[in-house]
Amino acid sequence: MLDLINVSYDTQIPNNVGLAQDKKVLKALEKWHPGYINWWNDLIPQNFQESMVYLRTAVSVDPKGWAKFDYVKMPEYRWGVLLAPQVEDRRIPMGEHAGELAWQEVPGEYRNMLKRLIVIQGDTEPGSVEQQRFLGLTAPSLYDMRNLFQVNVEEGRHLWAMVYLLQKYFGKDGREEADDLLIRSSGSEEAPRMLGAFNEETPDWLSFFMFTYFTDRDGKMQLESLAQSGFDPLSRTCRFMLTEEAHHMFVGETGVGRVIQATCEAMNKAGITDPYDIDKIRDLGVIDLPTIQKKLNLHYSLSLDLFGQEVSTNAANAFNSGIKGRYMEMRIDDDHKLKDDTYVVRTIVDGKIVAQEVPALTAINMRLRDDYVRDAAGGLGRWNKQIAKAGVEFEMKLPDEAFHRQIGVFSAIRANPEGVIITQDAWDKGVKDWLPTKEDGAFIQSLMVPCFEPGKYASWIAPPKVGIDNKPGDFEYVKLHMA
Amino acid sequence: MAKVIDFQTSPDQYRHWRVEYDGPVANLFMDVDEDGGLFDGYQLKLNSYDLGVDIELADVVQRMRFEHPEVKVVVMQSGKDRVFCAGANIRMLGGAAHSHKVNFCKFTNETRNTFEAAEADSGQKYIAAVKGACAGGGYELALACNHIMLTDDSTSSVALPEVPLLAVLPGTGGLTRVTDKRKVRRDRADIFCSIEEGVKGKRAKEWRLVDEVIPNSKFDDVVQKRAREFAAASPKVDVSKGITLGPLAKTVAEDGSLSYSLVEVVVDRAKRTATITLSGPDADAPADMAAFEAQGDQAYMLRLARELDDAILHLRLNEMEAGLWSFRTQGDPELFAAHEALLADNADHWLANEVRQYWKRILKRVDVTSRSMMALVEHGSCFVGVLAELLFAVDRSYMMEDEFDGDNRHMAAVTLTDANFGPYPMGNGITRLETRFLGEPEAVEAAKAKIGEALEAEEADELGLVTMILDDIDWEDEIRIFAEERASFSPDAMTGMEANLRFAGPETMETRIFGRLTAWQNWIFNRPNAVGETGALQRYGTGVRGDYNMERV
Repeated sequence: MLDLINVSYDTQIPNNVGLAQDKKVLKALEKWHPGYINWWNDLIPQNFQESMVYLRTAVSVDPKGWAKFDYVKMPEYRWGVLLAPQVEDRRIPMGEHAGELAWQEVPGEYRNMLKRLIVIQGDTEPGSVEQQRFLGLTAPSLYDMRNLFQVNVEEGRHLWAMVYLLQKYFGKDGREEADDLLIRSSGSEEAPRMLGAFNEETPDWLSFFMFTYFTDRDGKMQLESLAQSGFDPLSRTCRFMLTEEAHHMFVGETGVGRVIQATCEAMNKAGITDPYDIDKIRDLGVIDLPTIQKKLNLHYSLSLDLFGQEVSTNAANAFNSGIKGRYMEMRIDDDHKLKDDTYVVRTIVDGKIVAQEVPALTAINMRLRDDYVRDAAGGLGRWNKQIAKAGVEFEMKLPDEAFHRQIGVFSAIRANPEGVIITQDAWDKGVKDWLPTKEDGAFIQSLMVPCFEPGKYASWIAPPKVGIDNKPGDFEYVKLHMA
Repeated sequence: MAKVIDFQTSPDQYRHWRVEYDGPVANLFMDVDEDGGLFDGYQLKLNSYDLGVDIELADVVQRMRFEHPEVKVVVMQSGKDRVFCAGANIRMLGGAAHSHKVNFCKFTNETRNTFEAAEADSGQKYIAAVKGACAGGGYELALACNHIMLTDDSTSSVALPEVPLLAVLPGTGGLTRVTDKRKVRRDRADIFCSIEEGVKGKRAKEWRLVDEVIPNSKFDDVVQKRAREFAAASPKVDVSKGITLGPLAKTVAEDGSLSYSLVEVVVDRAKRTATITLSGPDADAPADMAAFEAQGDQAYMLRLARELDDAILHLRLNEMEAGLWSFRTQGDPELFAAHEALLADNADHWLANEVRQYWKRILKRVDVTSRSMMALVEHGSCFVGVLAELLFAVDRSYMMEDEFDGDNRHMAAVTLTDANFGPYPMGNGITRLETRFLGEPEAVEAAKAKIGEALEAEEADELGLVTMILDDIDWEDEIRIFAEERASFSPDAMTGMEANLRFAGPETMETRIFGRLTAWQNWIFNRPNAVGETGALQRYGTGVRGDYNMERV
């Protein structure tokens, strides 16, 4: 009898899908495994590979107590294939097959669409690890370093999850696509990652926090909508990935929050009340709030691009075929088919931004993006409370969706953060106040000096309120190997 | 679609293409303006194209030959990131009338053939440098190039997704070029044409879908290097300067009639006819090719060609109900022969060659035009050489016999020249006379023996060069009756019948593209599975799949 809750470590690849009995897929995965290990080894600087990192490893897919914490060398991390438990009699939640039994095998007619979605999702997972590969060198604390590595190994595991689906369900093509996931590489001239945002650098830790807050949140939304999939193995995979993704969001939100906290505390201590007194604030060794806002503007707008075109045929096809749903599909009170429904999308008509009703099916991307915007606003509220509590007059804001876009209808125009269409001239004049400048980058870079002493934190970031796994403040999250 | 579609354009008006000239290499960038569609209701996203985009491309290709004879290699590439070309715009196709779709495909096919043949005809080799998605009509653009280079970035692919995605066929020779030109094995072609995502990297090379797969980091360099190599190896003679193709003097009347300097088109919408009259030369032939070059686009043989070409295209797209075209000529046959002879005697001269190749293309355009066509050899006409080819291109020809009462023009005659025996083959690879006399090849020889003679009605009839000779008594009535009869038939049946009868003889890739692929495509374009309210083409973009009638026909 297969144990589908607890992770089996009886093969090289921990899993709860009975890999030991599934010789073909096991063989395929074992063949893929060395390439993955090489990828990982080439990626992460050597001294970190040898270090003992206090990581959580999934041991079960039971929402309660699914992970255990222990020291582990990253290359020895047990990347595994974990799917949320199968729900008996699960039905396809949306589209023209709504109500039919969920597919346990790939339906031939949707094979390409499914494969493409899985490949794109899979391509983002290692992409972010590649973007963040050098951050360990400038970690502001061992606590943060540990969080970085946790995020990294879990992105690695998410890659495994997608690779498993490709190998198990998509035959020879799937195996080739799995190989290609290790060939493409972030920012590579040779074979870049598929989506633009995953080819941008993550040059500093504030970027990392912004990335985990905003860009991983796009990942969360995508996973949420794939978790609705009528293709049950994909749905189950994504449901489990979401458990892990929550930690990434946590790292982002608390990370930015701690940067803000350090800034506000330093300002108060020095008696600076004007948040725009930038030079003086920077002299304190903290990042001024306007610069944090600029970083936010950048990462938020890049992340909006990940949702693709506002009106999209692919998204419509995926929804109608039952491959990809909406955020919280099961909680939405409609017929889940959307054949005659409309949805309001903002677009540009005669140089003005106007709201337009379009067929709801084609606006699936837009709807998910709207849900994302609401979801992303939550953390901002908490940061602003923090700022207010510190008595500083400043408020973080999400820029308008029209601001700084490369994809979608707004990519054709220039808009300021308030969403007012402006001329190229006005943009050129204003951009230094809206997006990080080279000088801002250089200043942040100057703060990026490692702080590797247990319990100590770099000047620009406050310690966390509680430790990981409830460990005390001076816990040695990473036992550095300093060869 | 009431607006007039104009086939004339010029580089200063381009919205979708740009060319960077670099000695013998021209870099041709496709950078389609999303909002530059010919009609409302769609956006040309991802370098997708409509007729307007293709009109510009045809203009680029034409000017490349006449205005830039120094160019030996043209590198077709995308001006956009991550996409080469996504093919014909689907929303445009979904919204277009059947007749527009068919004529659109015909024109795009002719343009593909033109740049494909540019290497053999003019020594201008088109190569495709493919980066990013290259799908459907995008891959067909590449297929018509004579060398395809694909970047190996593990994302870029070539694809023909029409069948799985849209339930139609690739419309510009895709299937035929995959098997006939690229010589892809049929089972691999079967896989290739039924998968949406296409084939990338080394497999694309292995399957012969592309000629080269190049590492992404070296791609641009290798492309430019290859272009230089091809240019260096080109047998094309160096020409330092081309001529300029100025705008045509053209007026369009309210009733649809057209007027150029040498071509008059009278459109009779009530009778559904168009009468195209070509004028003979208005001056002596240039003394030599230098003089011809100095006249440039005003040289008679070129001016006539350009005006006729534009008239054909104009009528095809703008006067769709004019189902019967009559070709007439009026002018001095000997003078025309002198103009033609200058080109024939200097066939090696670059410009003489270009003008002759251009006539070849125009005659092929006539061949594939879906109109009933007749030629009227009247007194005062000049059906000589290349103009006499029109007699063999049309479905029927009528010739005046003997003197007509009160008509003092010179006697109707047909004069054959070398032009009728080789330089202007049809798409099937043989001449119109060879095709005409497929069952009696000796008739071709008999006609050849008469080169240079002004053949009057009786003799022309005997040689089989015209359909019917008519005297003063019968002329008007016979022609009127033919025209009325023709106008009463089903246009669909006419198109099908004529296309079948016109292309006797051997099959070539070109005839297969027009005769086989296009016919199948047009059939599919008319079937509910594609264009019905619940068909794939209509539903494309809505997210809802096409409903198919599963009966195999």
